[in-house]
Amino acid sequence: MDHRENKDRRLLLWFFAVATAVKLLLIPSYRSTDFEVHRNWLAITHSLPLTRWYFDETSQWTLDYPPFFAYFERFLSVFARLVDPRIVDLQLGIDYGAESVIYFQRISVIVSDLCLLYGVYRLTRKLETMKRNLICALVIWSPGLLIVDHIHFQYNGFLLGWLLLSISFLQEGRDLLGGFLFAVLLCFKHLFAVAAPVYFVYLLRHYCWSVLVTGFRRLVTVGAVVVAVFVAAYGPFIYHGQIQQVISRMFPFGRGLCHAYWAPNFWVFYIILDKGLAFLLRKFGFDIQIPSASFTGGLVGNSSPFAVLPQITPLTTLALVLLAISPCLVKAWKKTHPGRVARWIAYAYTCGFLFGWHVHEKASLHFTIPLAIVAVQSVEDAKHYFLVSIVSCYSLFPLLYEPQEYPIKVLLLLLHSMVMWLGFTAQYADNKAQKKESGEIKSKFKIGCFEKCYLMGLFIVEMVSQFLHPYFLGDKYPFIPLMLISTYCTVGIMYSWIWQLRRILILT
Amino acid sequence: MPKKKPVKHSGDDDIAAPVSSQTGSSIDTLWWWLTHKGTTTSFLCISLFALLIRSAVSMYPYSGAGTPPKFGDFEAQRHWMEITTNLPVIDWYRNGTNNDLTYWGLDYPPLTAYQSYIHGVLLKIFNPESVALLSSRGHESYLGKLLMRWTVLSSDALIFFPAALFFVLVYHRNRTRSSKSEVAWHIAMILLNPCLILIDHGHFQYNCISLRLTLGAIAAVLCGSEVLTFGLFSLALSHKQMSAYFAPAFFSHLLGKCLRRRNPILAVVKLGIAVIATFVIVWWPYLHSLDDFLMVLSRLAPFERGIYEDYVANFWCTTSILIKWKKLFTTQSLKSISLAATILASLPSMVQQILSPSNEGFLYGLLNSSMAFYLFSFQVHEKSILMPFLSATLLALKLPDHFIHLTYYALFSMFPLLCRDKLLIPYLTLSFLFTIIYHSPGNQPVQKTKASIFSFKNFPGYVFLLRTHFFISIVLHVLYLTIQPPQKYPFLLEALIMILCFSYFVLFGFYTNYTQWTLSRHFRSSGKEKKHI
Repeated sequence: MDHRENKDRRLLLWFFAVATAVKLLLIPSYRSTDFEVHRNWLAITHSLPLTRWYFDETSQWTLDYPPFFAYFERFLSVFARLVDPRIVDLQLGIDYGAESVIYFQRISVIVSDLCLLYGVYRLTRKLETMKRNLICALVIWSPGLLIVDHIHFQYNGFLLGWLLLSISFLQEGRDLLGGFLFAVLLCFKHLFAVAAPVYFVYLLRHYCWSVLVTGFRRLVTVGAVVVAVFVAAYGPFIYHGQIQQVISRMFPFGRGLCHAYWAPNFWVFYIILDKGLAFLLRKFGFDIQIPSASFTGGLVGNSSPFAVLPQITPLTTLALVLLAISPCLVKAWKKTHPGRVARWIAYAYTCGFLFGWHVHEKASLHFTIPLAIVAVQSVEDAKHYFLVSIVSCYSLFPLLYEPQEYPIKVLLLLLHSMVMWLGFTAQYADNKAQKKESGEIKSKFKIGCFEKCYLMGLFIVEMVSQFLHPYFLGDKYPFIPLMLISTYCTVGIMYSWIWQLRRILILT
Repeated sequence: MPKKKPVKHSGDDDIAAPVSSQTGSSIDTLWWWLTHKGTTTSFLCISLFALLIRSAVSMYPYSGAGTPPKFGDFEAQRHWMEITTNLPVIDWYRNGTNNDLTYWGLDYPPLTAYQSYIHGVLLKIFNPESVALLSSRGHESYLGKLLMRWTVLSSDALIFFPAALFFVLVYHRNRTRSSKSEVAWHIAMILLNPCLILIDHGHFQYNCISLRLTLGAIAAVLCGSEVLTFGLFSLALSHKQMSAYFAPAFFSHLLGKCLRRRNPILAVVKLGIAVIATFVIVWWPYLHSLDDFLMVLSRLAPFERGIYEDYVANFWCTTSILIKWKKLFTTQSLKSISLAATILASLPSMVQQILSPSNEGFLYGLLNSSMAFYLFSFQVHEKSILMPFLSATLLALKLPDHFIHLTYYALFSMFPLLCRDKLLIPYLTLSFLFTIIYHSPGNQPVQKTKASIFSFKNFPGYVFLLRTHFFISIVLHVLYLTIQPPQKYPFLLEALIMILCFSYFVLFGFYTNYTQWTLSRHFRSSGKEKKHI
């Protein structure tokens, strides 16, 4: 047993080493403005006192993550200064593009991925070898993470590592620690808060629901832990009376319902429906005003961008998200089970992604990574994961719009699909058939006709948006390719949402 | 069928989901997920990964980026595209107002020129200014770089991968004992060869084409189709004259085989026709007059460049520290001396193949003859280590320990070159990646082959020597990156690196020659054993 454990650990390290090699090779690739954002945060946290962190406006990329992330940047900035003092200079550092800063920041992401490694290790160490390695491969080698973290530039691997760690504690029944880690995660990046209702219900039911005295004591403990974490994070800002400013930075509702590139979520349908209705009504002679704000232009002001349908406010989206999560909460209350936690959390993030306010396409990682854990539980889950991970990775393609990264993103996706396919077929191989010497292996893992057609469709969408559109229409209607991609991907994500919901309700 | 022992057990590739290890005494199960759909599928999976690595490396700078006036190999290739797309075929090798041969004149055989033409046409469609006559000299742009990189990527994918697949299928069909995971491991060794990736996709060249034509020819030998062999090998020769490094092996192996035929003369005639036909087709535009033909030939043999260039880890360059060859002899006599030395060095393996041709011996022969050329022939470049290295890759399953050392020193011998190209990160990363894939989990301790009764390992002090070697090389890496060499000897570190690599290559050459000869003895003895049984 110990021998096996050792071997597994070696294999896990091996995956990570191969991934690290690829990440290192990706250093010179395209980097988005997020790179400069994070550099600016290094500079802010390093050269300004804490009281001015959330007030500084030297660069347009102001600090808008919760305090723990700012502390994290402060920690990194110590090393950054050693590497090159200009990185942490508020003025001189703006748009600094020397090799030193590129290597420093890229390598900081690569190193911080150790957190992901530990999360995966902890989460999977009790599983059997086959499943374990499959999960490692799916998470550590996730093309989405590579695209978003190591090309586009962000620290999602690090944050998802915390999430996985938290899930691993919940699955082991160590609820308090799991809750604590989740609270810490929230203080790193508040977008993870979507799963908070699930945590709340789960902890309440699984940890606190007991005899009155014990229950109450536990409830107080959980509350105290969470409050302690939040005090550690926000305490200094509350002390200085800046909490208002911090919160207004963290929730910039002025940014509008959709991002410049529409994340493939429910609102895409809503917008299209609105446009369609407006068009039809105009045909029938109604006087429909063309809204001044447009969705393709990016930042949206206060005026309603909808011509016909009612305007959507942040509160509406919040209500919708909660409504969508609620069946899962009921289930979590009724049939609480540590093995299901990952599934519920993934579902909550799916809801947040579909109905949330100003959702980034990158947020799809929040549910694809936890779903990888679920994927090894049954063949149906594997089939579902196969579809959803391809769709979510494909929906990230527009992030890398420069031609240099084109082969890389396509190859990443192809490789991922191939590995998933090989891995799942091997995992769900028919054991009886396997024994035969014929060599041909029957597997229960088969991709259905509908899924196949849908995935083929992705290929067509890519052809149209990348080649046919520029060839036939040139620069006209530049928004069509992106719209096509997000609409098509929305279908897949919506399907995944319904599937997950059904699955959660069916499973007893 | 020669008796073969599986030496290396492993699989490879990026992601794995090994089957439960309870069944696990056999390593095949560990990598079963990758191999269970057959060789072609695992090949596809690994080649996707290999392509990913290649396209990532291609984001790094190329040789001579931003260094006017001569730039580097990238500019040379681009210049050839410019020449071939704008001038008539006959003028490609001729000095003229539009074709200044002193500025990266074409010095490879016609097939390279055709390939440049095809790529040039592609570039012309998407980015005409990058191949415009004269005005495009030193052209460097985002799109230009990208398109050039993609031409290498596509030729790699279209020529390299099929040839590798062909080879692997043929090679492992003959090997009865190789397990599926061994096959996968071998594929990864061939496709993730760091030297080739760094030179082709980092430094910028099209070695993949000629090497893979050679590889195709090798596979054709293994599958017994001589005409195809010679067709492909002639193509390889007409792409890069350096493919001649392998010629002795092909020649001796096929001669040895022909001599065992009933009709040796008929067989030879058939092969001759294949060779001549291929050459005539490729060289057709230059065959109309003797002058044209000689003009091209003179371009291909740049003897005026001297017996060695830069710091290449071969005999002439290394010994020149003690003996100043260039001063002692004229170029003319050096030519004959180096030719004699090369032939002498490749003779043992040729003789062995003529006496007892075998597939295994043929692969060793390739390795030995190309190593002989690398060490002793005239005008060798650092990059020529790719040829011996390719043949060593094919034997990766046979030379497990030596192969990783060879990779290391082959890479190390190109270290100064790659540093100049600012490819340090890919250099380190690819060495790292290669090492971890080489030692992928699931490896069992290497079984000793019976074939090599004699092993260097038994020599007292060999392991010690190897370790010292390795230690010095690490120190040299660090020194090269950190300190400035003394003014008086600006190339001191390059020279040290060269000596170190040279000494390893010589050692390796001895070993492989020895193995090739003991191979035939082993066959004979195993044959006898069979008879006894």
